Amino acid sequence: MKPQEIKQNPREYLSFTLGDEEYGIDILAVQEIRGYDAVTRVPDAPEYIKGLVNLRGTIAPVVDLRIRFKLGNAEYDHLTVMIVLNIGGRIVGIVVDSVCDVVPLLPEQIAPAPEFGASFDSSYLQGLANVNDRMLILMDIDKLLHSAELALYAPAESQDLPQMMAAA
Amino acid sequence: MAIDLARFHQAFFEEGFERVDAMEQGLLQLEGGANNAETVNDIFRAAHSIKGGAATFGFTAVAEFTHHVETLLDSIRNGSRGVDDALVSLLLRSSDQVRALLTAARDGGQADAELSARLQHELQQALHPDSSDADSAIPVPDEVSHAVAGSQAAPGEAGWRIRFAPHADLFASGNDPLRIFGALAELGRLDVVARHPGDLPGFSSLDPVQCLTAWDLVLHGSSSLDSVREMFAWVEDECDLQIEPLRAATVAEPSAKVVPIHAPAAAASAAPASAATAPANAAKSRAHADSSIRVSTDKIDGLINLVGELVITQASLTQYTQGLDPLVHERLLAAVQQLEHTARLLQESVMSTRMLPIDSVFSRFPRMVHDLAARLDKQVKLQTIGEGTELDKSVIERIGDPLTHLVRNCIDHGIESPQDRSAAGKPAHGTLTLTAAHQGGQIVIEVIDDGRGLSRSRIIAKARSNGLAISDNASDAEVFNLIFAPGFSTASEVTDVSGRGVGMDVVRRNIEQLGGEVELKSVEGSGTTVRIRLPLTLAIIDGMFIDVGGETFVVPLNGVIESLQPLPEQIKRVAGQGMVLKVRDEYMPMISAHDLYRVPGAAKPPHQAIAVVLEAEGCKLALLVDELIGQQQAVIKSLEAHYRRVFGVAGATILGDGRVALIVDVTEVVRNCGRALAA
Amino acid sequence: MSNRILAVDDSTSMRQMVTFTLSSAGFDVTEAEDGVVALSLARKQKFDLVLADVNMPNMDGLTLVRELRGLSEYKFTPLLMLTTESTPEKKLEGKAAGATGWMVKPFVPEQLISTIKRVIG
Repeated sequence: MKPQEIKQNPREYLSFTLGDEEYGIDILAVQEIRGYDAVTRVPDAPEYIKGLVNLRGTIAPVVDLRIRFKLGNAEYDHLTVMIVLNIGGRIVGIVVDSVCDVVPLLPEQIAPAPEFGASFDSSYLQGLANVNDRMLILMDIDKLLHSAELALYAPAESQDLPQMMAAA
Repeated sequence: MAIDLARFHQAFFEEGFERVDAMEQGLLQLEGGANNAETVNDIFRAAHSIKGGAATFGFTAVAEFTHHVETLLDSIRNGSRGVDDALVSLLLRSSDQVRALLTAARDGGQADAELSARLQHELQQALHPDSSDADSAIPVPDEVSHAVAGSQAAPGEAGWRIRFAPHADLFASGNDPLRIFGALAELGRLDVVARHPGDLPGFSSLDPVQCLTAWDLVLHGSSSLDSVREMFAWVEDECDLQIEPLRAATVAEPSAKVVPIHAPAAAASAAPASAATAPANAAKSRAHADSSIRVSTDKIDGLINLVGELVITQASLTQYTQGLDPLVHERLLAAVQQLEHTARLLQESVMSTRMLPIDSVFSRFPRMVHDLAARLDKQVKLQTIGEGTELDKSVIERIGDPLTHLVRNCIDHGIESPQDRSAAGKPAHGTLTLTAAHQGGQIVIEVIDDGRGLSRSRIIAKARSNGLAISDNASDAEVFNLIFAPGFSTASEVTDVSGRGVGMDVVRRNIEQLGGEVELKSVEGSGTTVRIRLPLTLAIIDGMFIDVGGETFVVPLNGVIESLQPLPEQIKRVAGQGMVLKVRDEYMPMISAHDLYRVPGAAKPPHQAIAVVLEAEGCKLALLVDELIGQQQAVIKSLEAHYRRVFGVAGATILGDGRVALIVDVTEVVRNCGRALAA
Repeated sequence: MSNRILAVDDSTSMRQMVTFTLSSAGFDVTEAEDGVVALSLARKQKFDLVLADVNMPNMDGLTLVRELRGLSEYKFTPLLMLTTESTPEKKLEGKAAGATGWMVKPFVPEQLISTIKRVIG
């Protein structure tokens, strides 16, 4: 195998829509895609954290990106889709309007993200790609979910043993 | 192929620390001059193993220091040196240093080298009391010189002539001349000529497993004498061997002339002596040869999670099949029942893999008691009962500190000086007893001393000086309960052991956080007993399931006193501060779970709701909920694994229908909501 | 079929090191944490070589070697001792028990492989 062939391996992105915009995230972060149901509300959580779900024994939070980024209507029905992500061992579900496609992209197809008026801070963007004349916004999902702004995790990232009652 | 030894470091340190603990425990058993051969042997083996591992994995400082400890232990083991308390004390301090060196090696830090040197000196003095340091220097371990010897010896320029005549029984040691020749051939070109003795037995009496052949070998090349001898090292005693330079004249090295090695009958005489002791050893210790494997707790927790899932699925199956006609679905229902049974057994046995004997906590006390008693000039005998009692690892990990505190208190304040004890007609040495036992799904741990006991009058006086109201007629239990109040101490002198404000309140808080309770009994003049009750595990709780505005919450049952439907006249509103509930003659703050957990929708009026009376840290609080659903066991799961901590929530569990329910953190709720109102 | 080795040591880290080293050199390694376990394993299946620590609880290496040598299947099997004691007496004791040879601790993985290969390579 020649070196340039290795370099040119495309990365795959999962694309989904929030309102009218189309976003992409690294497919390696995606654990599964499932319907949205039976979320348990948690007290003192911002509106976009819908609550907790049981994913085969793991209790994970669900974030509705539509609410967070004020895109589209946050309606929930049997068509509502949740993408379950595993980012560094942390499991989280994100609610989106629909999942579109898996898009392979070569690095040169990705343009750097401009400081543009997207619905969120451009530091969570990896870049933009043009796919079949549609603009795909590539999201740095890892950075976004761990951002202090989203307040999904405790600032200190303390990790207790799962079986322990949390100490007061 | 290079193998990175670092991958074994974790295992080395884990067992290194275990072995130091074992050394320490063994040494404490030797105290008082009891020279038990088996114990000495165990201690020796622990030191030996640390040294071997440390040397292998390149922790030189650990290996060197432990070598000195081992040498001294060896001299005790072979009887050339007796044991006294001074020696035990030295060895205890040395084992502390081994631990410090291990810690430094693990964390990449520095241990106190000066202390190492000082202890090393003491160890050598103990080994050779009459000698000065100089001649007791420990020889460089043989293996080091061994490894370099080959390159130091002058090479035989043209090679070696080797006469190799194995004894007839060579094969019986598992050695094979052909392998040796193969290895030699790697050093250079090898010519092999076999010689047969003239007196070969006749064919009928020939024993095929006897080696009757001798060989003349010529090894060409520049390999050193040592490297050649090395090849024969294992068979030195089972052969006649001569190695001489191919052209003797050209080799200057005198030692390279002839190396005759002949085995006397030493082998035969050594065998019976050691054989006699061995079977006894083996039989004796087979009793505790329980075979075990090391499994990471992650794997076990994974198993527990899966079993938890299984139990939940089974519960929902049971729920779905409940309405079915037992006549039509007899076999299905029987199978579901069987599943329930098996799932429960499976859950119990998986949970049991996390169970550890409480000995892992108790074992830290002999040393602590020893040191403390010595420091305070007291005599204390420690006895432990039921150290095999098992409880969950999560509880074990968190019971150590409160127990340590209690034990310190006992020695510091409970047990009197030998003079005072004698004057009171008690034996000069006090006795501290630690017991553990299972009792109705809980573990009960007791810390018992035969010391001076609690003084009722002193506690009452102290309480009053602290501004606490207490009647002279209060029961002993009420009086002793004051000990657990924050900042309460009756010790007339502050010692450096327990410090000021002995902190029994902390002990109680720790234990209550584990879902346990603590009580105290004492008779002035004859001693104190502190009894702790704990759940066996923190992974599963008995929960009361409640409904708040359609949402399900779980309250750990051990935090619930009672639940009642309050009458309007029991409820009082304090202007601007919320509600108070009067239960019998007691007032307690009351809050609505709707408000606490910000449940959407309107709450029922209090007198139509249910008040669940919670208790923690001696305070009560009524929590208003819409309905009680029932009692059930709940597997606790952490929220923080994938989310953050939430106020008033201790964790979550999964309901029969797969939904998540939050578990109420009783301690946190009572402490914060109750106090806010009371203030 | 690769040669089967029984590695006997009460130290988990040493056992891991020996097993990892020999396995990566292509040997089929079984572990035992003391002489008693080793002996019962050896009775169940034949190993081509046994590598045993000297100092172990329950049954030490010397006893193990003596017991193994007494079994007809192990009469000529290479039995190696792992020892930190390189004194002549210890080696003699090992030989007297029936050991084929010894390996002196500490050793590096490469030494272990070359020694074992010399015996059953």
